[in-house]
Amino acid sequence: MTAPRGTPGLRGASLALAGAVLAAGVGCTSTFEVPIDTPIQAKLDVTPFSRVHVVGFISGGAEDVDANMETVRLLRSQLRTKSRLRVIEADPLPLQQVARDQARGPATPGAAGPAPAASDVPSGMQFPEKILDEKDLEAYEPLFANAAYWKKIGEEFQQPLIVTGTVIFRPHQASGIVTQEREVYDQFGRRTVVPTRVYMERKGYILRPKLVFIDGRSGAVLYQESYREERLYPSQQNVPALSSFFEQMDAVLPSFLNTLSTTRVRGSRIMLK
Amino acid sequence: MTKTRSWMLALAVVLGASGVASAQNPRDQAKSQVEFGITVAQKGLWQEAVFRWERATEIDPTYAAAFNNLGIAFEQLGKFEQAGKAYEKALELEPQNLSIQQNYDLFKEINDRAKRNTGTSGS
Repeated sequence: MTAPRGTPGLRGASLALAGAVLAAGVGCTSTFEVPIDTPIQAKLDVTPFSRVHVVGFISGGAEDVDANMETVRLLRSQLRTKSRLRVIEADPLPLQQVARDQARGPATPGAAGPAPAASDVPSGMQFPEKILDEKDLEAYEPLFANAAYWKKIGEEFQQPLIVTGTVIFRPHQASGIVTQEREVYDQFGRRTVVPTRVYMERKGYILRPKLVFIDGRSGAVLYQESYREERLYPSQQNVPALSSFFEQMDAVLPSFLNTLSTTRVRGSRIMLK
Repeated sequence: MTKTRSWMLALAVVLGASGVASAQNPRDQAKSQVEFGITVAQKGLWQEAVFRWERATEIDPTYAAAFNNLGIAFEQLGKFEQAGKAYEKALELEPQNLSIQQNYDLFKEINDRAKRNTGTSGS
């Protein structure tokens, strides 16, 4: 036994109606998510350079992390994999000593060889025994403006793009009200997450890198940028300084790389019909 | 035979109706350009998509979706100024459209970053 069939005319009409309904239904689907890859142009034109030299940083703050060495290593490894520039492998320069030598005068030999004197080193500028915060860096700042010195370094390494600057990585403590998410179960065992405000003692680190890009041909500063990152953790949580340092540098790296090469920001947008 | 005839008739009615509509209504003409633009954009042919969506906005300058899509394409091509103008026009036409607003907000984040790149060098 078979099911009764409608007349051909009726079937045709009902199919046409179904088609129209389907067409209308498709018409309702008016949004389409599409992945996009937006290019952000590099901040610097590095086409004149084929090589980059991360010479080192004037650093201070936490004693358990050598911010100079770690920053040099990290930036070099990033540049090796994410830029077209060849990375010069050389020992970082003892920039703190160089700055002190320059302040003393041209006759004083520096640890990295004779350093041309900075023209604008204020006389009587005191170099702090230890660099603990940003204020202690002020005496070292004229080093970056000493074009003669950087030109000399550039000549030594076949005129690369020079990356230098300052890095302060210091411990920080704070207490106050923070918002935390707390799991709550109702009488039926259903779980919800509720934001609650609690007083908390927290400790962590502040990272303040200033990156200076110098033209190895002329010794002139091409570009510089300062960053500030802060991470605070519950006081009972023992986060090693080095892991916090890398966590914070991770946030700085995209911008650093974007200085030298065009980066692409991945995202998605909604197309409409 | 009758079955085939009724099928063809139904199809002709549907196509005929849409043809009449597209001949009369600029929105329908623009819509076909927008739809084609979406198809090619999904295949990564963004220049072609821009051409289609620009045509759509010429045919129907009140079509917010076409301006929104144009904004997306300009973003993908790194043309931030044009992207901004397209999104703003889309929002002007449909201020309550959450999808356009969301796209525009995401665009502004990237645009701010691009502006920082060009605006702070040599500081």
